[in-house]
Amino acid sequence: MLVSWSASEGFAPQEAEARPSRCPDNSAFKQQRLPAWKPQLTIATVLSTFFLTGAFCLSVGICLILSANSVREIQVYKCSDCSKLRENSYNWNIECLCSVDFKLKEDMLGDVFMYYGLQNFYQNHRRYVISRSDAQLLGRDVNRSYCAPFTTYNNGTPMAPCGAIANSMFNDTIDLFYNFNSSVIQVPLLKTGNSWWTDKNVKFRNPQSHNLSSAFAGTARPPYWQKPVYLLDEEDERNNGYINDDFIIWMRVSAFATFRNLYRRISRKRHFADGLPAGNYTFHISYNFPVTKFKGKKYVILSTMVWSGGSNPFLGIAYVVCGAAATLTGFIITAIHLKLRKKKTYFQK
Amino acid sequence: MALSVDSALYRWQRLGAISLSQTVPESTPLLFSARDKSKVNFNKWRVVFPNNGRQQRDWDQASRFYSGNKIQTTKYTWFTFLPKNLFEQFHRLANLYFLFLLVVNWFPQIEVFHREITMLPLILVLLASLIKDAIENYRKYRFDKMINSSKTKVYDKKDRAYVEKCWKDVQVGDFVQLQCNETIPADILLLYSSDQNGICHLETANLDGETNLKQRRVVMGFSGQNTLFEPEFFQNTIICEMPNNDLNKFKGYMEKPNNERIGFNIENLLLRGCTIRNTEVAVGIVIYAGHETKAMLNNNGPRYKRSKIERRMNMDIFLCVGLLFAMCLVGAIGHGVWAGSFSEHPPYDVPDENGNFLSPVLAGFYLFLTMIILLQVLIPISLYVSIELVKLGQVFLIHNDIDLYDEEADLPIQCRALNITEDLGQIQYIFSDKTGTLTENKMVFRRCTVDGHEFSHQENAKRLETHKELDLDDADFAKLQHFTLPSMNIERPGTYNQRTMRPLRRCQSARAHFQGHTRNRSLGRRDSNRSQVAFSSTIEKDVTPDSRLLRRVREAALQTENLSPFIHMQTATSLTDFFLALAICNTVVVSTATEPRQRVTVPPPIKPSGITLEKIHQIFHRLKLASLSQSFSSSQSSSELGASFSAKNTGEHLAALDCCDEDNDCCDSSRGAGLQDKGSTDIGSASLDEVFKSVTHGSLPTDFCYEAESPDEAALVYAAQAYSFTLVSRTPEQVTVQLPQGTLLTFDILYTLGFDSVRKRMSVVVRHPLTKEVIVYTKGADSVIMDLLEDSGKADTYTERRRKRIKDRTQKHLDYYARDGLRTLCIAKKVLNEDDFQKWANFRREAEAAIDNREDLLMETAQHLETKLTLLGATGIEDRLQDGVPDTIAALREAGIQIWVLTGDKQETAVNIAYSCKLLNQRDTVFTINTENKETCESLLNLTLEEVRKNYEVEKPRRKFFDFIPASLSASEVPSPEFGLVIDGRTLSVIFQGGLEEKFLELTRHCRSVLCCRSTPLQKSMVVKLVRRQLKVMTLSIGDGANDVSMIQAADVGIGISGQEGMQAVMASDFAVSRFKHLKKLLLVHGHWCYTRLAKMVIYFFYKNVSYVNLLFWYQFFCGFSGNTMIDYWQMIFFNLFFTSMPPLVFGILDRDVSAETLLGLPELYKNGQNSEIYKLSTFIITMLDAFYQSLICFFVPYLMYKDSDIDVFSFGNPINTISLLTILLHQALEMKTWTLFHWITMIGSVVIYFIFSLIYNAACVVCNPPTSPYWIMEKQLSEPTFYLLCLITPVIALLPRFFIFALRGTFGTSLILKAQQLDKLSKEQQDLEIQKLRSRKQTTSDAPVASPASNDDLDQNISHLCLSPFLHPAAATVSHRDTESQGLSTSEVNPLKKWTPEEGYYFFNRWAEEEYTATESSAGPFTGHCPLVPSRVTSPGQDSGKPTKYKGEKFNHGSHRRSVSAVTL
Repeated sequence: MLVSWSASEGFAPQEAEARPSRCPDNSAFKQQRLPAWKPQLTIATVLSTFFLTGAFCLSVGICLILSANSVREIQVYKCSDCSKLRENSYNWNIECLCSVDFKLKEDMLGDVFMYYGLQNFYQNHRRYVISRSDAQLLGRDVNRSYCAPFTTYNNGTPMAPCGAIANSMFNDTIDLFYNFNSSVIQVPLLKTGNSWWTDKNVKFRNPQSHNLSSAFAGTARPPYWQKPVYLLDEEDERNNGYINDDFIIWMRVSAFATFRNLYRRISRKRHFADGLPAGNYTFHISYNFPVTKFKGKKYVILSTMVWSGGSNPFLGIAYVVCGAAATLTGFIITAIHLKLRKKKTYFQK
Repeated sequence: MALSVDSALYRWQRLGAISLSQTVPESTPLLFSARDKSKVNFNKWRVVFPNNGRQQRDWDQASRFYSGNKIQTTKYTWFTFLPKNLFEQFHRLANLYFLFLLVVNWFPQIEVFHREITMLPLILVLLASLIKDAIENYRKYRFDKMINSSKTKVYDKKDRAYVEKCWKDVQVGDFVQLQCNETIPADILLLYSSDQNGICHLETANLDGETNLKQRRVVMGFSGQNTLFEPEFFQNTIICEMPNNDLNKFKGYMEKPNNERIGFNIENLLLRGCTIRNTEVAVGIVIYAGHETKAMLNNNGPRYKRSKIERRMNMDIFLCVGLLFAMCLVGAIGHGVWAGSFSEHPPYDVPDENGNFLSPVLAGFYLFLTMIILLQVLIPISLYVSIELVKLGQVFLIHNDIDLYDEEADLPIQCRALNITEDLGQIQYIFSDKTGTLTENKMVFRRCTVDGHEFSHQENAKRLETHKELDLDDADFAKLQHFTLPSMNIERPGTYNQRTMRPLRRCQSARAHFQGHTRNRSLGRRDSNRSQVAFSSTIEKDVTPDSRLLRRVREAALQTENLSPFIHMQTATSLTDFFLALAICNTVVVSTATEPRQRVTVPPPIKPSGITLEKIHQIFHRLKLASLSQSFSSSQSSSELGASFSAKNTGEHLAALDCCDEDNDCCDSSRGAGLQDKGSTDIGSASLDEVFKSVTHGSLPTDFCYEAESPDEAALVYAAQAYSFTLVSRTPEQVTVQLPQGTLLTFDILYTLGFDSVRKRMSVVVRHPLTKEVIVYTKGADSVIMDLLEDSGKADTYTERRRKRIKDRTQKHLDYYARDGLRTLCIAKKVLNEDDFQKWANFRREAEAAIDNREDLLMETAQHLETKLTLLGATGIEDRLQDGVPDTIAALREAGIQIWVLTGDKQETAVNIAYSCKLLNQRDTVFTINTENKETCESLLNLTLEEVRKNYEVEKPRRKFFDFIPASLSASEVPSPEFGLVIDGRTLSVIFQGGLEEKFLELTRHCRSVLCCRSTPLQKSMVVKLVRRQLKVMTLSIGDGANDVSMIQAADVGIGISGQEGMQAVMASDFAVSRFKHLKKLLLVHGHWCYTRLAKMVIYFFYKNVSYVNLLFWYQFFCGFSGNTMIDYWQMIFFNLFFTSMPPLVFGILDRDVSAETLLGLPELYKNGQNSEIYKLSTFIITMLDAFYQSLICFFVPYLMYKDSDIDVFSFGNPINTISLLTILLHQALEMKTWTLFHWITMIGSVVIYFIFSLIYNAACVVCNPPTSPYWIMEKQLSEPTFYLLCLITPVIALLPRFFIFALRGTFGTSLILKAQQLDKLSKEQQDLEIQKLRSRKQTTSDAPVASPASNDDLDQNISHLCLSPFLHPAAATVSHRDTESQGLSTSEVNPLKKWTPEEGYYFFNRWAEEEYTATESSAGPFTGHCPLVPSRVTSPGQDSGKPTKYKGEKFNHGSHRRSVSAVTL
C-alpha cells in the first residue's frame, strides 16, 4: 500500500527539494540478505536422521509395550434378563437386580479402577453434546436454550439439571463382592475423587442455599431420572446435587460411541491394600440403564493403570513400527547411494 | 459510453426534427435547410454549433447531448460507494460462499458454530477490501479533480473575449485559445494559428510517445487571415464523425451559411493531451470533449488483473468444492443410514424443541448443510487474505530493492499493482516498446565518413562513456580535452565547451506531464535541482568533434580563405558540402531557448568579422572551380588515405582503422602526418583561430534549440554545429547557416522533398547564395542512396575510379556502423544546371497542381530528381541503448522468454535497434512482411511458414543427434540460422481483419524475435491480446509512453518506464521501473522468488486446510455423522487464524530457495516458474493425497490410542489439534529453504502461542463458550505422559513419506534448482566456476548459442578481438568470402575454440563472413531456390513502382546490402 502512493507524489515536484532521497535502505532485511541457515538434505544428514529416528522410536516403543503388558484388566458383560425387562420402557419403575460372578486369575496390584462401559452409545452426537447448560451446573439460573427440549416441563417447571446428557445419565448401581473363603466381603469402593478436581470444585457448583433441597426448590428432575438431583448421594453432602461424582463424570461426554466411564475406585484397605487379590468376585448390579434401545451393551471393567495409560498397547506398537520403518528406509537409501556412487564413476555428471 | 451517446443523439435527432419543423418556417438563415437536414444521418455524424451566441438555440440543444469535458475515472461517488462496492464484492465467489455459510448457519437445525463466529471472517474480508477500494478511488478522484480544474482560455460570448475556465467547463462548440506549451484540453478543430502559414506544432508524446513535433494546419479557408481570429463572426456548422478511438483518422466538413462546404481531416484536429509547441497562439473549436475525445477513448479502462496462480488456484478451489460436496454427501448419507438404523429413538438422539424427531432423510439433508459449515475451511478463504498479505510483503521487498533503484532519477521501483507479483516469475512473452524503453531515446551523433574517410569520433565516444564523471567534475572534462587534442587545446572552438558549462534544457524532446500547467514547473525543476537529468540532454546536443576531422575542416576553411594553391580541394569541398548538407537537409525548426520559445526565422545580426561577404564569395567561387578540376587533388587524397587506411586487405583494413582510433600510440603516425600537414599550413593558422574566436564570441549570442520531426535530424544538426556549421534560422523559403568562418549564408529553399517511408530519403533543393548553383542535398537510408549514385560503371577516368573507391569504402563503413547498431544515413549531393532544374520544377509544379493521384506524381517527380547523386559521406547515429539492454535481453532469452518489440517507429530504426540490442543476430534470417492485401499476406505467411518449417525439419534430426555425441563434435555443425520476423502496422491490421491470426502466430512461434513496426497503440494491445489469448501464455508489456498504455494494460503484467515520457505509462502500469535493465533482476530474481514463494504457499494452504478439515471429517465416522467436532470452535478458528498463519506468511515473504546471485547467474532457473513447476495439477493432487494421508495419521493414531478408554470429546480433540499443529508446522519446516531469525521466531512462536493460548483459554473459560467448554483440558493433557508420547510419534509417522521423498530428491535428484541450491553453499569463486560450467553445458546442448553479451559500445574491443584471434588471418577471411563452400569449412576450423566459451572474436568473424557471403551472393537469397516468382534483382520497392499500394506480386528483396535479410515487401 505504502508503495503505490509514490506515483501520486510524483505530481508534486516542488516538494522534491525537501524530500530525502528515496533510495531504499541497504539493510540486510530489505535487500533480502538476512543471514540464514540453509538446511540441505545431503546424504549424511538424511541417513543420520533416519537412523537416529529409528533407534529412538524402537527403544521407546519397546519400553511402552513392556509397561503396557503389566496392566491387568478384566471386562464383564452385564446381565441379560434385566436388559430384556428394560427393553420395554413401561417397566421403568420395576427394580431389577442381577449379580455376575467372575474370577480373577491373577492379583491386580496397585490402584484398581472400576469402570462401566457402554457400547454403541453415541454420547458424541452433535445435538446430544450441546444439550446441556454449563451455567446451570455452575449453580446459576440463566439461559438454558441449548437444553431444549429438556428444559422445562409443559407446566413450566424447569428441569434440574436440564438437557439430554443429564437426562440420560447412567443410573445403575454396581457393588463388588469378594468371595473369600466362602465368606462374602464387600470390596470397599470410593465414590468420590473419581472426577477431575477442577470439575468437582470449579466447573460444577450447586445453587447457593442453606440446604440442597431448598436450592433445587421449584425445579423438577429430568424425565428419565428416578430421583431428584439433590438425592443423588444422600450420604455425602459434598457428593450430592450437581457435584455428584457420577453425575460429573457422565456429563463429561465421551469421545466415542463405545466408551467406559470411571465408576468407583477400590479403596485400598485391609484385604485390598495392595489391590485386588486373585479369587472369585461377584458384581451386584441394580440394572436401570436400558441399552437394547440403541442395540448397545454394558460392561463392568476392572483395570489397573501404569504411567503410560491403560491397557492399550497401541502406542508402543506405533513406536516400534515407525522405528522399524525409519531404519529400513535408512538402509534403502544407503543401498541406493552406494549403487549410484559406483555408477557415477561412469557418468560425468 | 458509446451507447449512451448514441441514444442521446437519437433523442436529439428527434428533438431536432421537431424543433426544426418549427424553426424552418421562421426561416433562420443560419441553419441549414430542411433538405440538407434530411441528408445528415445523426447516428453517423456529429453536428457542432459554435458557442458564440450566433446559433444559441441549436448550440443549447446540441451541447445537452454531448458529453462535457469533465472526466471521471472513479468508480464510485460518496453515495454509491457502499452499496456499489458491496455489490461488486459479492461478485467474488469467495464472499458469496461466506454469505451462504452465514445464512445457513442461521438455521437452528444446522447451526454448528455461533452465528457471530461465522460472520467474523466475512466482515473482516469485506472491510479490508472496502478500505482498499476507498483509498484507490479517492486517489483517482483527486487526479481527476486536478485535471478537471486545469485552466484554459475559452471564448465567452457575453464578454466577447477569452476568459480563463476550468477544463471541466469546456463544452463542445466552445472556442479555445491555446498558448505555446499548453496542453490541449479537448479535441479541437484548429481555426487559427499565429503562424503565418497556419501551421501549429504539436507534441504528441503523451499520446503516442513520439517526441517529435507534428504539424497541424488551420482548416482551409481560415489560414489566409492575418488578423486574429474572431470567434463571434464564426457562423459555420461543423459536421464530423462520431467519437471514435482512431488517432489517425478524422474527417468532416464545415458548412457555411451559404451551404458552401469546407472539408477537414485529422490534419486539422488538435488532440486532447498533446502540447502546443512553437506556436504562440492557436484557436480552435471544441469538437469532442471529455470521455469522447480520442485520447480518452484510446484509454481503455484498467482490467482487473488476476495472477496466473490465482487463476489456477480458483480452479483448484473448485476441486475443493467438489471434494467438500463429496464429503458432505458422505456425511449426509451416512447420517441418514445411521439414523434410519434405529427402530426407536435412542436417548442420545435429541428431538427438536417441540419434541419432534427428524426423519432420517431430512436429518441427512440438514446434515449436508451442517457439514458444509463444519468443513468450510476446506475452501481456503484464509488463503485469500494470506495471499494479499504476502503480496504486500513481497511488494515491499521489491520496492526496497536497491538494485532496482535509479540513482539519477532518485526513483525506486514502483509497484502499483499489489496482486500480481508472482506473475513476474512466469513470464513467457515480453512485449517491449522500443523508443525510451530499449533505447534512451537520445540520438547521438557517433561517427561519420566523408569522402571515404572514416572519422570515428573517438573523443565523442569517450565523452559518452564518461559523461557521468564529467557531470561531477568539469576538471576531468578539461583534462580529456587536453588529452585528446594536444595540438590545439587552447583555441578550441568554444561551441561545446561553453555549452556544457551552461545549465541546459532539453529542447528537442521536452518532456511534459499530461497537464499543460505542470509543464513549466517540471521544466523548472529539471533545471534547478535535477541537473543530472538536464545533463543527459547535452549528450544529444554536444558532439565532441573528431580531432582529425576538425582539423581538416579548419584546414578547409583556412585553405579556402588563404586560397593556398597546394591544398586538397576535393576534400575541402566534400567536407563543406557534407556539413552544409547536415545543417540544411532537414526540416528542423530553430527556436531560442528563452521562454516562451520563439521561432527564429530571421538570422540574428552578426557582428562584422574580419571576413567580408565578398571574400566568402570568392572562396566559394574557387571551391566551385576546384570541384570541377578534381584530378588535381588525387595524389593528395591518396596520401591522406595512407594515414588512416594503411592496410589493403578488408579485414585488416577495418582492424587497422579501429586499432588506430582506439589506441593513441598507433595514431601517432597519422598524427605526425597531420602535424606535417599542419606545418605546411601554419602560416594561416593564426588568422583561422581569429576566425573561430570571432565566431565564438561574436555571433552566437543565443543558444539555439532545434526542434525536429525526428530526433535523428536534430542530432545531425547538432553534429554540424559542432563543426561550426550552425543552423541559424529556417523559414519555408530560406535557411541560414553560419559557416566556420563566421559568415552567415542564406540559402533559398526551392523545394523540400519530405521524407517518406517508400523513398526512404529526403531532399532539399536550394540555391547557393554565392555560386547561384541549384544544389540538391539528399539524405536517406544507405540501401536507397547507394543505388542512386552516379553510375561509375566504367571506372576509367581517375574521377570515376575515385568515386567508386569512395563508394566502396563508404559501404564498408556503413556495414560496420550497422553492425554496431548505429542508424546510418547517407548524405549525397547533386548539382543541377539551370535548365534541368527549370524542367524539373515545371514537372513538379504540374504534379503539385494535379488533382488525381497527386501523391503518386509527387513521388515520381521526387524520384526523378534524386538520381545520379554524388556521395558525400555517411553518418552513424546512435539511438543510445540503455545500459545493460543487450545483457538483459540475452539473460531473459536464456530464461526462455520470447521478446517482441512493438514500436510505432519506422522499420529501419526498429531493425537496427534490434540488432544492436542483440534481439536479432547478424546471422539470423529476417523475414519482413509488408503488405496491405489480405491474399498476399496469406500467401506470404504460408510461404514463410513453409520455409521456416523446412528449416526446422532439417534441424530436428540433428538435434537428436546432438544429445548423444560429444559436445566437441556437435559444435562443428553450422549453427542453424534463427528467424526474425519484421512486420508493420498495415500488415498487422490485415492479419487482424483477415483472420490470419493463427498463421501469424504459428510463424512467430518459430521466430526468435518479432518486430512490429509502425503500429498504433491499439494494434500493440491487439497483438498482446492475441498472443495472450491464443497461445495462452503469460505476457509482459514494457513501455514508457502514453502510446504503450493500452499494451501495458492488455498484458498480464504491465511495466512502465518512469521518468521518460510523462506519467501515462506509469499510471497504467503494474510496476514502474526507471530502466529496462531492471527487468532482469525484477523477473529473474524477484519473479522467481515471488512465484516460488507464493506457489509453495498456496499449495501449503491447500494442504493445511485439507489435512486439518479431514480430521473433523474422520471424526464423523465415530459420532454417527452428526456433525460434531472434537475440537473447540475457538481453538479451531484460532488454529487457522494465529497458530498456523504466521509461518506460511513469513515463508511467502522471505523464503529464498536460491540466492539472487545464482538466479542471475543461471537465468535458466527461471523456467521453473515459467512452466509452473511448483504449482500445477499434479503437485496439487500429490499434495492433496499427502494431506489425506497426514490427516489419517493425525486422527487414527490418537484414535487407536484412546479407543475404549474414558476419554472425553475435547480431551480426545486436544491432542489431535496439537499433533496436527506440529505436523503442519513441521511440514512447513520441510519446505523452508532458508531459516532466518524471522523463520525461527514464527515457527517456535506459533507453537508457544498455541500452548499459551490453550492453557489460558482452557483455564479461564468455564462457561464462556456455551453450551460446551473445554475447561482444563489442556492442563489435564499436559499432565499426562501419553500426550507427549503421542505428540512425538504422530508427526514423525505423518511426515515420514514426505521426508523420504525429499531425501531421495535431495541426495539423488538432478533438478537444476537443487543444483543451484547446492551452489549457494559454495564459496564465491567455486560458485562462479560451477555456474560457468553449468552454463557452458547448457550452451553446447541448446541449439542456439546465446551471444555473449557484448555491449555495442565496445565495438573497438570487438575489433581488437578480431585482430588477435589466431584463426582470423587474412587468408581465411578472403577464402571465406570468396567461396561460399569454404564458409562452412572455416567455421569448422574455428569451432573447437568455441567449444566452451563462444569467443566474441569468433562470433564477430562468423557474422562478418556471412555478410560477405550475402554481399557477394546478394542475388541468391534464401528464397530464390524455392520460389520461382522471386525476382532476384535487389530493388527498392519505391523505385520500381510508383504506386506502392497496388498489388504488384511477390517480391523477395534483400532489403539491405549488409545482412542476410529476406524482405518480403509489397
